[in-house]
Amino acid sequence: MAPEKLPYKPNPRAPRAVLPVLEPRRRASTPEEVALGFTPEQAIAEAQRCLQCAKPECVNACPLHIDIKRFIRRLAEGDAVGAHEVIGEQSPFPGVCGRVCQHELFCEDACVTGKKWDPVAIGSLERFAADHARLRAHELSPNGSKKPQGPKVALVGSGPASLIAAYDLVRLHYRVTIFEALHKLGGVLAYGIPNFRLPREILAEEIARLQNLGVEFVPDFIVGKTATIEDLFDEGYQAIFVGTGAGLPYLMGIPGENLTGVYTANEFLTRINLMEAYKFPDVSTPVRVGKRTIVVGGGNSAMDAARWARRFGSETIVLFRRGRAEMRARLEEIEHAEEEEVQFHFLAAPVALYGDENGHVREMECIRMELGEPDSSGRPSPVPIEGSNFRIMCDTVVAAIGQAPNPTLQKATPQLITKRGKIVVNESGETSLPRVYAGGDVVRGGSTVILAMKDGRAAAEAIHEALSS
Amino acid sequence: MNQILAKRPLAPEVTLFEIEAPRIQRRWQPGQFVMVRPLPTSERIPLTLVTSDAVRQSVTIVVQAIGKTTKELAALEAGDAVADFVGPLGEAASTTKGERVVCMAGGVGVAELLPVAKAFHDASNHVTCLCGARSDNYRILDAELREAADVVEWATDDGSFGFHGNVVQMLLARNKPGDFTVGHVIGPIPMMKAAAEATRSWGLKLYASLNPVMIDGTGMCVGCRVTVGSEVKFACVDGPEFDAHLVDFDELARRNRAYRDMEQEALQHQCRLQKVE
Ligand SMILES: Cc1cc2nc3c(=O)[nH]c(=O)nc-3n(C[C@H](O)[C@H](O)[C@H](O)COP(=O)(O)OP(=O)(O)OC[C@H]3O[C@@H](n4cnc5c(N)ncnc54)[C@H](O)[C@@H]3O)c2cc1C
Ligand SMILES: Cc1cc2nc3c(=O)[nH]c(=O)nc-3n(C[C@H](O)[C@H](O)[C@H](O)COP(=O)(O)OP(=O)(O)OC[C@H]3O[C@@H](n4cnc5c(N)ncnc54)[C@H](O)[C@@H]3O)c2cc1C
Ligand code: SF4
Ligand code: SF4
Ligand code: FES
Repeated sequence: MAPEKLPYKPNPRAPRAVLPVLEPRRRASTPEEVALGFTPEQAIAEAQRCLQCAKPECVNACPLHIDIKRFIRRLAEGDAVGAHEVIGEQSPFPGVCGRVCQHELFCEDACVTGKKWDPVAIGSLERFAADHARLRAHELSPNGSKKPQGPKVALVGSGPASLIAAYDLVRLHYRVTIFEALHKLGGVLAYGIPNFRLPREILAEEIARLQNLGVEFVPDFIVGKTATIEDLFDEGYQAIFVGTGAGLPYLMGIPGENLTGVYTANEFLTRINLMEAYKFPDVSTPVRVGKRTIVVGGGNSAMDAARWARRFGSETIVLFRRGRAEMRARLEEIEHAEEEEVQFHFLAAPVALYGDENGHVREMECIRMELGEPDSSGRPSPVPIEGSNFRIMCDTVVAAIGQAPNPTLQKATPQLITKRGKIVVNESGETSLPRVYAGGDVVRGGSTVILAMKDGRAAAEAIHEALSS
Repeated sequence: MNQILAKRPLAPEVTLFEIEAPRIQRRWQPGQFVMVRPLPTSERIPLTLVTSDAVRQSVTIVVQAIGKTTKELAALEAGDAVADFVGPLGEAASTTKGERVVCMAGGVGVAELLPVAKAFHDASNHVTCLCGARSDNYRILDAELREAADVVEWATDDGSFGFHGNVVQMLLARNKPGDFTVGHVIGPIPMMKAAAEATRSWGLKLYASLNPVMIDGTGMCVGCRVTVGSEVKFACVDGPEFDAHLVDFDELARRNRAYRDMEQEALQHQCRLQKVE
């Protein structure tokens, strides 16, 4: 059979559409979203850059196997709602993933167009489809109002890993309950990633799609404290998925770390995102952002903390012990941080903090680094240069140097085998306890939204296999 | 939904709430606390679990209205629900067996002391409670404490009831090294620090239940960190109870002052809003 003829001619040579953004000066005083999304004309032009490959590598590279080729075709023909439906076959979260997925490492890395020209802007197209189908989202849910009747499954934590597992399980008619420790749903999407990257209405709407499908959400419920894993089994849950994330911040371990004004990225971002301290005093939780903020680290948390600090009017420095090329944050966020005049001091690390007479941080002592042999992360290791110490004045410090798995559930479930805090699982995501599965950051340590979703999906499949056999 | 089943004033600014919370009632242990948000715009604040009732599937908390969030809570009535109520959090208080125990508390700390004193007593220790209040009419839960402990003595700042002075002064005036083998202290930081200093050479194992500022209360922000010995601890998951003789109380006091000006601002903002309404 000859391939179906396209009603338009793909044009991969056309320049990749540039995502419109909020003007850097306007960002200074608002938590509004920075990336504005393609215009309809841009979306069509960008979609028409896709070659509609016979063997689309992009689909394989997307951990959720979204039918990228087919949804882009719909967009190329101007059908955003149709595109959204195609994505929905695999993922109900295109608004989230189109904004925060590290697509440069996955689908866009595999896109053939990228071999000669720029890859198709798959992430931004995914977002376009989501935004344009938003208002119809509730109608798009497959098997809409039918209440699930199958066995009960409990998912612990409401981050991306559990959310996608819930989607897959509820479509197979399991009765799914998500237990979340905090009062808001979404995991890092709710407490870590700022509004200016992921507006909260988008997250809430995509979570509401799950609610419409019959997924039950129970906030303010800490498994290991409010109830144990055994309690949940006793209450009739047939399988449990643990997606509790890596929410335990590392401290820098340097003198002066307990001075006031010194935050971990988690505290800083929780105060601002989860507790909405940017609305203080209309909401009650304060955050103290001084005249000069130093953020230590080079990942997504570091960029998010630094960009918030700028929005509070603080001069902001990111101090990173390696170079720009070794930063782990999404490329787009690094660029946006640069546009927002965040300053970067590479190849330097903090060694001590000094405070004023009230115990508030006043100065950071740093040491310069050079790059040596690659370490276990595959990146060149930073080596301190002796005698190169220098000092920077500052009144706010944010340590964004990584996070370990949340320990609460493990502590209350000593039978669960862990390795350096990470829950140990087999290839299908099952832990050392029967019918208990785990995935996402609690298994991987700090990772990405899309890999957490990949794990959640794999666990859902394993749970279905176990419960239907 | 966590509904308020009953509300009872105990002293000026101090109110007891009975809250429906079946799961917490079933699992809590003395020394543990809950994180509460009275309203959807409130801060999350930690409050100690005081008693529970299995039949009514409820727990009680006692709150002293000192700032914006505690005032928001105090303004709620029976029949209202609190926006969020999560727990039980932290580790249970340490208890021993067959020891002579002194339990010391000041102010609203007396309520927080009650379940701990009762736990010591239930574990067959001889329990003496030394309680402090500003004045006679600020004394709370006296009858409940007398039921839970062997001896209950009061000190008031103005001398209107019992010993004239504070709890630590009463301890030093009436007791000597060797009277007690184990202790627990809970209250304002200067009082806990004074109790630790006073008993440092007594050979007494003294536990202090600390009250740092908390945000999530679940171990994910490290905002509640305290220095104990040479280690950094998370008060919300490792505590709130620690060895009083190893706690850096000065650091705790400094960290708790970090937002004082903003707390005032929040309170005044709230007052202005209420005037407009
Ligand atoms: C600031 C920041 C920015 C990031 N930006 C990006 C980005 O742009 N792109 C990207 O791909 N990745 C990013 N990441 C990484 C990404 O967010 C994580 O890899 C991902 O969220 C992990 O998902 P998860 O489902 O495993 O857990 P999480 O998202 O961490 O969610 C876990 C949830 O479980 C809850 N929980 C924990 N313990 C319990 C318990 N005992 N009972 C009940 N609930 C519990 C927690 O409260 C939390 O809500 C970022 C991370 C951070 C911290
Ligand atoms: C484990 C624990 C158990 C507690 N139990 C009780 C109790 O049973 N009854 C009771 O009345 N109080 C208790 N507290 C103290 C109570 O949490 C604070 O009084 C309350 O948070 C003050 O909030 P606010 O907005 O009303 O006042 P604010 O104006 O915000 O603060 C007044 C003072 O309270 C302290 N504080 C502020 N925010 C917090 C916070 N989030 N966490 C802790 N302290 C804070 C600060 O030192 C501040 O100076 C407990 C604290 C801890 C840590
Ligand atoms: S989810 Fe991520 S990898 Fe998959 S198509 Fe979307 S942006 Fe690409
Ligand atoms: S690999 Fe690139 S060009 Fe090919 S189908 Fe996927 S997006 Fe289109
Ligand atoms: S309050 Fe956040 S870690 Fe203790």
